[in-house]
Amino acid sequence: MFRDRAKSVSRHGPDSQSAPGPQPVSASAEVYARHSHGLEEFFRALGPGEGLCVLDWAGASQASISFITERGFRLYSEDFYQLLETHFGPDDWYAAQQDQARAARFLEQTLPFPPASFDGALLWDMLEYLASPLLEAVLARLYQIVKRGGYMLAIFHADERVERAPVYRYRIGGPDTLWLSLREMRRPAQLFNNRAIEKLFREAHSLKFFLTRDHLREVIVRR
Amino acid sequence: MWKRREDETPSRPPVPPAPEPVREPAPALPARPSEPEIPRGVAAIGKSVKIKGQIFSREDLYLDGEIEGTVEVPENRVTIGPHGRLQASVKAREVVVLGTVNGNVEASEKIDIRKEARLVGDIKTGRIVIEDGAYFKGSIDIVREAPKPQGAQPARTAPPPAQPGAPGPQATSPAPPADPKR
Repeated sequence: MFRDRAKSVSRHGPDSQSAPGPQPVSASAEVYARHSHGLEEFFRALGPGEGLCVLDWAGASQASISFITERGFRLYSEDFYQLLETHFGPDDWYAAQQDQARAARFLEQTLPFPPASFDGALLWDMLEYLASPLLEAVLARLYQIVKRGGYMLAIFHADERVERAPVYRYRIGGPDTLWLSLREMRRPAQLFNNRAIEKLFREAHSLKFFLTRDHLREVIVRR
Repeated sequence: MWKRREDETPSRPPVPPAPEPVREPAPALPARPSEPEIPRGVAAIGKSVKIKGQIFSREDLYLDGEIEGTVEVPENRVTIGPHGRLQASVKAREVVVLGTVNGNVEASEKIDIRKEARLVGDIKTGRIVIEDGAYFKGSIDIVREAPKPQGAQPARTAPPPAQPGAPGPQATSPAPPADPKR
């Protein structure tokens, strides 16, 4: 059975067992279902509060919209990866991200929200595709727009040797189920071990890690 | 003399063979993958029409042109056709988007965003349907029908103050964040 385990970051390393990987939902649509304790914990932590506002960087999909709005939440949806592609593609993303003017324009157009706009943010694995100093600038902006006590869900590859990682579209299939469809393979800007993740979110109130058997770290960040 | 074509089988009757159809490039029909038929009796703005200002209608509306301003069809359905490009806020009972909308949309009953559609703005609606392939950037606020007086509904938290591009529903005329792709 596919079971993820919550682990303390300081005591455990990445799960090195061979993973069964995501389970295909539909061969034709190439959509895979994956159990996600991180997702389950994210919505459990947010609670049932009517009118809470959630930012979703996966892009709009019927499944995610229905799941989030049926809980009485407001949703702000944007396709962060597509915006990265638009602003910094098609050549070397990470070199383009060093351009301060482009990075500033990207921030302005991607996260133009007033402080404390969101109770939760689904960042998925997008932080891995941001190079410094844009990564730090995006995080600083996230800390502004997510309310104190709010939650963020971020995903990182646990295998630090990957050269190119699958970039997925994430859809919420259920309280603890993600539906993934592959966009493309791409080299992450950087890979994060547990210590690097802790350092990245050093301003957070708390972090909770879930290691999955398909070599991902799901991290719940409490603002 | 008749000259038998090489590909003609001997069993065929000795009638003049049908000439090989001339494969002249036929004039390409405009691709209309998801273009809906404009229903009869629906007021329509054609794709070569450009309007700046306010549109108010008491009947269903089909917009396939370029509109800048506001569109209000409170009791009926408005369809933004595949060629439609709206830089406008839209308020209707039901909204179907096949083209491009840059502005806030309020659909008291339902909004239907088809694939190929692009919508940048905030949505307030009773129900939303979004097809795979559609591009949407903005907030979604599902408005449930007000309960009967005896049923007290929990209060929604106050939305953040309006700012251009902000997800607050009261941001009525923000220029939504410019989409650099368009």
